[in-house]
Amino acid sequence: MARRDSKDLANRVALTGFWIAALTTVFILGAVIVYVFVNGIGEISLEFIFTKPHGVNAEGGIWPMIVATLYVTGLAMLIVTPIAVLAAVYLAEYAVQGQLVRTIRFAADTLASVPSIVMGLFGLAFFVEALKLEFSVLSGALALSFLMLPIVMRTTEEAIRAVPKYIRWGSYGLGATKWQTVSRIVLPSAAPRIITGIILATGRAVGETAVVIFTMGTMIYTPVLPTDPGRSMTVHLYQMAMEGINLPAAFGTALLLMVMILAFNLFARWLLRRNRRMQG
Amino acid sequence: MTDTLSQSTSQAAPDVVAEEATVKIRVRDLDFYYDDFNALTGITCDIKAQAVTAFIGPSGCGKSTFLRCFNRMNDLIPGTRVVGTVLLDGQDIYGPDVDPVDLRRRVGMIFQQPNPFPMSIYDNVAYGPRLHGVKKKSDLDDIVKTSLKRANLWKEVKDILDRGGLTLSGGQQQRLCIARVLAVQPDVLLMDEPCSAIDPTSVQKIEDLMAELKSTVTIIIVTHNMQQAARVSDDTAFFLQEVMGEPAHLVEFGRTAEIFTSPKDKRTEDYITGRFG
Repeated sequence: MARRDSKDLANRVALTGFWIAALTTVFILGAVIVYVFVNGIGEISLEFIFTKPHGVNAEGGIWPMIVATLYVTGLAMLIVTPIAVLAAVYLAEYAVQGQLVRTIRFAADTLASVPSIVMGLFGLAFFVEALKLEFSVLSGALALSFLMLPIVMRTTEEAIRAVPKYIRWGSYGLGATKWQTVSRIVLPSAAPRIITGIILATGRAVGETAVVIFTMGTMIYTPVLPTDPGRSMTVHLYQMAMEGINLPAAFGTALLLMVMILAFNLFARWLLRRNRRMQG
Repeated sequence: MTDTLSQSTSQAAPDVVAEEATVKIRVRDLDFYYDDFNALTGITCDIKAQAVTAFIGPSGCGKSTFLRCFNRMNDLIPGTRVVGTVLLDGQDIYGPDVDPVDLRRRVGMIFQQPNPFPMSIYDNVAYGPRLHGVKKKSDLDDIVKTSLKRANLWKEVKDILDRGGLTLSGGQQQRLCIARVLAVQPDVLLMDEPCSAIDPTSVQKIEDLMAELKSTVTIIIVTHNMQQAARVSDDTAFFLQEVMGEPAHLVEFGRTAEIFTSPKDKRTEDYITGRFG
């Protein structure tokens, strides 16, 4: 009996431990969101979103930063998608599975774990200085695409591999060539997961600071051409907060940024779920 | 048996000619390898045109592997190799001038798992013809309709052609796959356990369908179900791998009625009466 009780007790203690650990996670997330929300919500207004900052303390809106952020990530997405998808198709479908492919995969995984500030430094040296692209949206997008490339490539490769063999065989069995099978069956089947990967990578790029501060600069400017400079929302947030100019604006920017990233992630999840429903 | 006719002497000539007309696929001394492993050995048989031939045998005896030799689907599996000849209408399908992609139009295949593409019913059936250059909407409409009719699926889907192929039931999906293959007008239809993943009512429909189709298409079916082999096939081939690690071979091949009532080989008898496998 006593033995049984002690087992029950151990069980209960362990369970309580798990509960506390799990709750801590939720609490931390909740605390961050609530803190940013409470501090930032007062700033959010149409004026804050759609006008330029003015005055010494950058009062007013953050429109140029929103434009620069969306511009640089959008451009990075356009650069990265074809390269990453083609590379993934090659790796998953065409390459002879061997040492070379393993090396490429390892390189991609390592690239994904390079600290973003190192990528920023590289962007500064290579795109801004060596290629003379200056501080520009283009420099920023190119550097960001380095960050996104491994993520998109690996998720695309996984998505392609997840297309069942028997569906490919169905296509080959009808006299389809490899390319016909890949382009008409495999890629469309994998598309939802590929798009999800792209969106998640884009979400990461939106929140990236180190890379863009080195490559796009810090100038408050509404970029029109890819060669224009700009300041991303994250960089703006950093400057508002660290230089102590305008803390409320920093929180407002933070809140907007979080909402944008959340929207990206929810959109990706919705896409995946909708697709799962459609395929039964 | 049929294989004794193959290279026989002149007195047998008239017989050979008579057989020649009805033999669709002639297999001679076929060996199959997965890398170094010899999976099948010494297979010689003649598959009759406009008939259903069943391949039976215990799991792992290489029936499906052998089936995939007829449309060179094994080419897609790295490390596989075929030795020997397979003649389709007299042409060596492993010859240097044969493109496996073209071959697979003539030799269609149905898989164990119904595998509609994630697209509409219409697009599933039109997939093959589109691959091979049919573009006109009215031509495609005709092909889709005819093929679905031949697969006995038209009545059930004629109003929902734009619905996803994957929304159909398992049995309907399998008939959709049959329609999809028929749309490229193959001479030969390979069926790799087509009924093992679907419900009994649908099995009935597919068996009826095979009986209808065999007047125009040569059918080869791999099945684990003895009753099914007995019901649907004209000829039966029994494969067996007698020792683990040794190649499997063709034990007996002949008229289904004879195989099931008076098998010549003791091992065939043991298998079909359910003593092993």
